[in-house]
Amino acid sequence: MSAQPNRLPEGGRIDRTRPLSFRFNRKTYEGFAGDTLASALLANDVHLVGRSFKLHRPRGIVGLGPEEPNAIVQIGRGATTTPNLRATQVALEEALEAHPVRGWPGLRYDLGYVADFASRLFGAGFYYKTFMSPQRSWPVYEKLIRRAAGFGSSPTEPDTDRYEHVNVHCDVLVAGAGPAGLMAALAAAKSGARVIVADELPEVGGTLRGSREALAGKSADDWLEDVVSELDAHSDVTLLTRACVSGYFDHNFLTIVEDVSGHVRQRQWRARARQVVLAQGAFERPLVFCNNDRPGVMMASAVSTYINRYAVRAGSRAVVFTNNDSGYRTALDLRRAGADVEAVVDSRLHAEPVEGEALTEDGVPLLRGHVVCDVAGVNRVRAVRVAKWNGDISTPVDATINIDCDLVAMSGGFSPAVHLFSQSGGRIEWDLARHCFVPGDRVQACRVAGAANGMWSLAECLGDGLAAGRAAAEACGFEAPELDAPAVDAEHAIALEPLWRVPATTDPDRCPKQFIDFQNDVSVADVRLAVREVYRNVEHVKRYTALGFGTDQGKLGNINGMAVLAECLDEPIARVGTTTFRPPYTPVSFGVAAGEGVGDLYDPVRKTAIHEWHEEAGAEFENVGQWHRPWYFPRDGENLHAAVARECVATRRSLGIMDASTLGKIDVRGPDAVTFLERIYTHDVGKMQAGRCAYGIMLGEDGMLKDDGVMARLSEQRFYLTTTTGGAAAVLAWLESWLQTEWPELDVYLTSLTDQYSTIAVAGPNSRRLLEKVGCDIDLSHDAFPFMSTREAELANVPVSLFRVSFSGELAFEVNIDSGHALAMWRLLMDAGGEFDITPYGTETMHVLRAEKGYVIVGQDTDGSVTPVDLGMKWMLSKEKDYLGRRSLARPDSTREDRKQFVGLLSVDGSTVVPEGAQLVDDSSAQNPVPMCGHVTSSYRSACLGHPIALGLVAAGRARKGETVYACAGDVEPVPVTITSPVFYDPKGDRQRDG
Amino acid sequence: MLLIRCPWCGERAETEFSYGGEAGIKRPAAPDRLSDPEWADYLFMRRNPRGAHRELWNHAQGCRRWFSAERDTVSYRIARTWRLDEEDSG
Repeated sequence: MSAQPNRLPEGGRIDRTRPLSFRFNRKTYEGFAGDTLASALLANDVHLVGRSFKLHRPRGIVGLGPEEPNAIVQIGRGATTTPNLRATQVALEEALEAHPVRGWPGLRYDLGYVADFASRLFGAGFYYKTFMSPQRSWPVYEKLIRRAAGFGSSPTEPDTDRYEHVNVHCDVLVAGAGPAGLMAALAAAKSGARVIVADELPEVGGTLRGSREALAGKSADDWLEDVVSELDAHSDVTLLTRACVSGYFDHNFLTIVEDVSGHVRQRQWRARARQVVLAQGAFERPLVFCNNDRPGVMMASAVSTYINRYAVRAGSRAVVFTNNDSGYRTALDLRRAGADVEAVVDSRLHAEPVEGEALTEDGVPLLRGHVVCDVAGVNRVRAVRVAKWNGDISTPVDATINIDCDLVAMSGGFSPAVHLFSQSGGRIEWDLARHCFVPGDRVQACRVAGAANGMWSLAECLGDGLAAGRAAAEACGFEAPELDAPAVDAEHAIALEPLWRVPATTDPDRCPKQFIDFQNDVSVADVRLAVREVYRNVEHVKRYTALGFGTDQGKLGNINGMAVLAECLDEPIARVGTTTFRPPYTPVSFGVAAGEGVGDLYDPVRKTAIHEWHEEAGAEFENVGQWHRPWYFPRDGENLHAAVARECVATRRSLGIMDASTLGKIDVRGPDAVTFLERIYTHDVGKMQAGRCAYGIMLGEDGMLKDDGVMARLSEQRFYLTTTTGGAAAVLAWLESWLQTEWPELDVYLTSLTDQYSTIAVAGPNSRRLLEKVGCDIDLSHDAFPFMSTREAELANVPVSLFRVSFSGELAFEVNIDSGHALAMWRLLMDAGGEFDITPYGTETMHVLRAEKGYVIVGQDTDGSVTPVDLGMKWMLSKEKDYLGRRSLARPDSTREDRKQFVGLLSVDGSTVVPEGAQLVDDSSAQNPVPMCGHVTSSYRSACLGHPIALGLVAAGRARKGETVYACAGDVEPVPVTITSPVFYDPKGDRQRDG
Repeated sequence: MLLIRCPWCGERAETEFSYGGEAGIKRPAAPDRLSDPEWADYLFMRRNPRGAHRELWNHAQGCRRWFSAERDTVSYRIARTWRLDEEDSG
């Protein structure tokens, strides 16, 4: 095969001095810089590029850009391989490697093609009808379907490329830089507005680029260069190419995805625009005839653009099939490119396009009142069969004319790209005169210009763009100068007469497939079947047939599908309506959606001031929200259970130490601090003496436990609250919201101290001795510093706040210290604690020690549906005041006798660890559905007690102590457990109180 | 993504704010004197209008101030925002 047999000797926007070698489907080809993968493949006469989704029919390049349904490829290898790219949008690069995404064992011989010969079995709703029963087989079906479907394979390694996000603001954002978009951008720029104009192509100009139009006495390309330099001269204009406006969100927030080659691969611009001009052009519609999906059947505008922009002639013997004048211009382009045009088949009876004359003179047969009925050839068009037609869709036609050809250029008219306008919330209306959906009432500050607004001629587009750009700038408060649109030397008509499907030669339900949606293999017969099966609504028909489901989102075929549906329903298209357009406009990579937010930047990591020591000590860590907390400190290859058992025993026997710095800490002060906290907490805050601590709980207004912690009264008007680690931010926000919205008259100030202070908990019978040993300037004796009190002190000459509180049930102190001194203090305590066998412990031991004492963890033992009464905390509820949630505790549901209550659970055999989360049932032999009486919230081995323990919530559980229920989880045998008190260790609390 | 004018800080992106639901829900002065249905009305019942809706927002990633807004629940247009200590002029 000669190099690039379809490349024209001159012309096009390609750089012939830069040949590029690339591989497709394991073969090497050559193209030029400036090519897309699709234009380079066509230059090499490669039409067959893919297989269809369902029927595995051979498919070729149809279009030009994001609308391409067939040429879906996978690019590259390894970490940066990208699936599901349209060859029409892939810029050719040296050594580019592309693979078709379907076809096994090969593209030309695909075993899946058997589906086509049995295609009657694969009609609309095939998946729903076939895979519904038996229901238990769905997992098997799902695997098969998933293997058969998909558009390539995901990379298996992390992406090594970088992506970035940029936030920008502008006055006027213009989507699309064709003739209308450029005029809009220019008009806005000249008013002094800040303008962003973005286009998905590497060069601005849209359909003008490479065309033979003349504007203001210049060639199209020269005129475009002038416009670009004029825009460049305005420093407030940002002109982006290879940048697709992909989403239009609320309040004029738009996303633009820019392909960048260099230090980043893609960049997402997140733009907030005061005004928007949408000028994304229009898509040409396919015509619907039998076997219209054969490789070599292409959109006419694409055929023209491949000639003009890329100097590629997609075939040498062409047939043009059209229902409007634009097809004639493609025929002229083909003739100029040296191709034979075997015929122009025009479905209109009385069309008189100006271009007809030149074609007739050139000897091209013009077949008016004719239609292409069928295509011969499988992997490439060989011929078309043409019939005379009188314009009546119900009259069957007789295809008597056979025309040999290797290319069919079809044009069914144009559909404005209303996608972004629809995403913005604007209404789409059917235009009776222009036979297309056009933008109607807008919701956001945007205007639509050019072909996207249903303007088909160049002069109209230029004028419409100018007007939209001026109006947008003026809406921003700028004074926009009057500008004249450039003179255009030729005017092109369209004169469309709709042809939504070609009448069948036989029964339309049994003739060869007339495809509407190429990617999803939806044919006229499928839509007709959906209607027969009583689907009427366009959204239902879409889902039943998969019309418009593909990566192209129906950019080509949807309109034909809606028209066929309208015909079946005997309703106007306006009544059938369109399906919903949703972002993104074209597929967007996960990489650019994530931007820089990957790896270390995915989520902030919070580490305590003492973290460094934990790492040195070889701690295993667990994530608690954003915090990395020590989980346990293994010694000599210990596993979790061995380490936790050792840590628990050492703490209860002598001395443990724990980094509790992640606790939320809030300073509350002000003349009304007591009044405020009385309303928040359930206990009598006002009765607390300065220097005293209390366990405090706060409820939501629904009466359910919200958070808990120790609160200390430091002075008359000053309190210090601790919250759970996970609740710190939420509790502060909760307190702030009440102060600001409900009680603004209260004079109270809240300050978060979570990061400023670190908390070191020392627990165990020797904890007091440890503090005395390092040197404390206050009397730590029981009488001078009793349980549940706080003192300011100096420890080893460093100012600290000491709290005599305990979450372990042992004599314990919490040392609150400026975070800058925390690590030094920890090291000092560790050194001094050697003689007491001081043992650092992590969150797991903390959990076991508290569970032995029956202390709840909010969020583990509670779930937002648990009242303090359920938890056995009735003693904490003041009877003398109102507080948040109090009234709800008297609601009928809160006072039900059979509410789930907090209890202890012990396995009957004394050795089985009950699975956490297990459901509890009364009768283990009952048949499904078994009524459940509760569930297990916490479960641990307990080295100190010598047997496992568990906590849970059981309906009316406090009255059921001593009874046996069964813990059921997964497939394991139900575990019989006895209901007990939740306090397993030192029930009177002597050790923490009197130690 | 909405663009919201914080009465203290000016226009900022929605990601800086958190939503606080319907505005003007006043906590009853004496909850104990309310019947169960009256309390449930305060606790659970919220308007869900099609159209103009007065609601609370918090500039959580900014000045942390709560304020009121009138937002259209169909178009998401925010007619105005105002401070809690300002008169509701609408």
